[in-house]
Amino acid sequence: MATMADFRYEKATWCPGCGDFSVLAALQQVCVKRGLEPEDVVCVSGIGCSGKISQHFGSYGFHSLHGRSLPTAQGIKMANQDLTVIAAGGDGDGYGIGVGHFIHACRRNVDITYIVMDNHIYGLTTGQASPTSKKGHKTKTSPGGVGEEPLHPLQLAITAGATFVAQAFSGELKQMQRVLDEAISHKGFSLVNVFSPCVTFNRVNTYEWFKENIVNLDEEEGYDASDKFQALRRVYETNSVCTGVIYKEDRPAHHEYVLGATDQGTVKLPNEMPREEMESLLDQFRR
Amino acid sequence: MTTEFTWKVGGAQGEGIDSTGEILSTVLTRMGYYIFAYRHFMSLVKGGHTNYKIRASVEKPVYYHGDELEMLIAFDQLTIDENEQELIEGGIVLYDEKFEAKSTRDSLRLLSVPMSNMAKELGNVIIKNMVAAGASAYVLGIDPSNFYEQIEIQFGKKGQELIELNKTAFDKGYNYVKENYADTHRPVPKATKPSKSNLLMSGNESIGLGATLAGCRILAAYPITPATEILYWVLANLGKYGGKVLQAEDEIAACIMAIGANYAGVRSMTSTSGPGLSLMMEALGMSGISETPLVIVDVQRGGPSTGLPTKTEQSDLNEALWGSHGEIPRIVLAPTSIEDCFYQMINAFNLAEQYQCPVIVLSDLLLGMNKMTFPDLDLGRVKIDRGAVVTQQELDALEKGAFKRYEVTESGISKRSFPGMKNGRYCALTNEHEETGLEIEDVPMRKAQMEKRDRKLQTLRRDVNEWGYDYHGSDSPETLVIGYGSTGAQITEALEQIGGGNVGHLQLRCMMPLPADGINKYIGQAKRVVVIDNNFTGQLAGLLKRELGHHDKIETVTKYDGNPYTLREIVAAVKG
Repeated sequence: MATMADFRYEKATWCPGCGDFSVLAALQQVCVKRGLEPEDVVCVSGIGCSGKISQHFGSYGFHSLHGRSLPTAQGIKMANQDLTVIAAGGDGDGYGIGVGHFIHACRRNVDITYIVMDNHIYGLTTGQASPTSKKGHKTKTSPGGVGEEPLHPLQLAITAGATFVAQAFSGELKQMQRVLDEAISHKGFSLVNVFSPCVTFNRVNTYEWFKENIVNLDEEEGYDASDKFQALRRVYETNSVCTGVIYKEDRPAHHEYVLGATDQGTVKLPNEMPREEMESLLDQFRR
Repeated sequence: MTTEFTWKVGGAQGEGIDSTGEILSTVLTRMGYYIFAYRHFMSLVKGGHTNYKIRASVEKPVYYHGDELEMLIAFDQLTIDENEQELIEGGIVLYDEKFEAKSTRDSLRLLSVPMSNMAKELGNVIIKNMVAAGASAYVLGIDPSNFYEQIEIQFGKKGQELIELNKTAFDKGYNYVKENYADTHRPVPKATKPSKSNLLMSGNESIGLGATLAGCRILAAYPITPATEILYWVLANLGKYGGKVLQAEDEIAACIMAIGANYAGVRSMTSTSGPGLSLMMEALGMSGISETPLVIVDVQRGGPSTGLPTKTEQSDLNEALWGSHGEIPRIVLAPTSIEDCFYQMINAFNLAEQYQCPVIVLSDLLLGMNKMTFPDLDLGRVKIDRGAVVTQQELDALEKGAFKRYEVTESGISKRSFPGMKNGRYCALTNEHEETGLEIEDVPMRKAQMEKRDRKLQTLRRDVNEWGYDYHGSDSPETLVIGYGSTGAQITEALEQIGGGNVGHLQLRCMMPLPADGINKYIGQAKRVVVIDNNFTGQLAGLLKRELGHHDKIETVTKYDGNPYTLREIVAAVKG
């Protein structure tokens, strides 16, 4: 049985108090709890502060390119569906440069878990507006306040066809663990958007701000995560500042419906082909 | 007596030009002819002009569709306008009676055949293709039984009625020409049917087949002319071996998915054309620094930007050689024929894993979308070498967490592990990193890793001189002709036409690393070096000058109108 130590690799270099520490810890705890071995997990990240998570998580990892954690992760899952594949990154990475991949990963329903550490700011590049920065937020690139509408990741995921959509908060570790556990066990594409405050460059969306504003849907009586319209309505009504499992549905995952679907990982199939098989492929071209 | 003939059908797109050509290609191949079929088409669905040309030989495979044309089937006037210059003196044009044909060349024989009318009488306009096939068969002296056989195979599943309809349409065309223009009958020389029938294959199919036999089990791609047929072929065939094909949202995703799959241990590739290759530049760097194998097939078309999507060019060479920011080791291959597309894919997957770097295969539209007949492929050349992979025993013997994926070794090559292997954990990194994969910025390690990655190609830089080019001709040529990839066909034939002289022909199969020693052997003695570049700026000549010098000897020949080189153009360039 793997322990917490098995899922650690060197010490992370985030600013003290950064919300990403909690995400890393929760992910490690969930993997241990689920009895996963570090060699059977791959953590793929994009570029940004949060992207460093793959280097400090003790499983296999791929610290990929800005915005490209999802294509990398989908390639890995296609190659070996027996792995637990986690993609992770920030809001700029996933909802700015990588948003095209995000939408298509949702509709494709590849069985991976996507964790977005959403701090509403570009941290590593020292404080520019991000796609989720609230309207009016003054940053280095929005001195007069952000003029654009913020992007709404939960609604986007639900309408794009994601089969598991959740939101958590770095200040609520227990709930984050629960949500991550459920996301990883979900068969299909799961999004966990985590409010992970940037203590250095975002003075607006702080731990206190989130604590004051968050509506916990997990505790809301009568909330039914399988009701798509209710989910969309509540996310809208809470101005997206809600946590819990927001939406869930069952649909075949990509590795189940893809042409050539196999019971085991593609990587376990032979590369070589018997001579007769090669000949039969050539025969297609004989007239 | 001539041992070959040429034929073409032309009309608007959507008129079934391709299917008419395909029928004749298939029939001729089955009869034992060696054909090369060339498709001329435009980037639209209906209208415009499209044509399908066949050059057939009795004796030996032909790698080019030929400069000349003996017989043209014209469904509209535009077909005559576009193709009359290609016809030989006395060339035959069978045109659809529905229009009044005109030609600026008096020597051509314009003969009307009521193709559309006959089809209409049979209640199916599209069947005029079979009328045209019948008309062609009479002129070429091909026994109708060969076509009947093809019709039965092609329409067998759709029922007897359709078979009879097609045979009737064929007979109508055949008999009409026989009754009205009996003197057009010029039977082509008979071919000898081989004991085992020949292969009829396009370059794109050859690439798909090669990849499949090379053990590729994942293809992620975005549709793009002229590369889409690779996607089709693999889609139709890979599934039965548990392989997967994914149509990605764009070429960025396609390429990076292939990297992810390679990282996880599955031989994977992407296929594209110029605009897609541009989008893959960041992925190229990712594969390079993370030392993850990657195979990209670029079926080049006319650039820049959207350029000439349905025309051929060799203008992505510079991008393949130098594209992506920063510096990475890479391998750039260039198949020289449709057969070579197959062998180069076997090569590409082995090299990608042996050297843990991106391999770009530079095909082009001329190779990719056209078909030829040849006897066989040598399956004995299918060898799979997965390169340096750590074993589980080796990992078990290591201290926990001590595996160095990016170990600085003498060869520069360090062993790979795959997810699932115990104690083989590492994080593949696009940042500069130390030996276990943690990001660093310290000077000695940065230098060590850059040098290690470059060192990987050391042995290949030597070995490539053995297989990286084909050479024919004098050992000490006075005139040396150099081309790369698909132009080999026309250069070979043009030099045969010229005949004699102290001439050599060097056709490159590997552009990076460049087989410098091999080229220098011939270039040193040559007085003239004629470099054939199917692009505007002379990219191949630029590469040779940069790597080998000889600025004073190198003459650059360029072509950038979207069409492949003709023999005439190459002959003129070589004669100087």
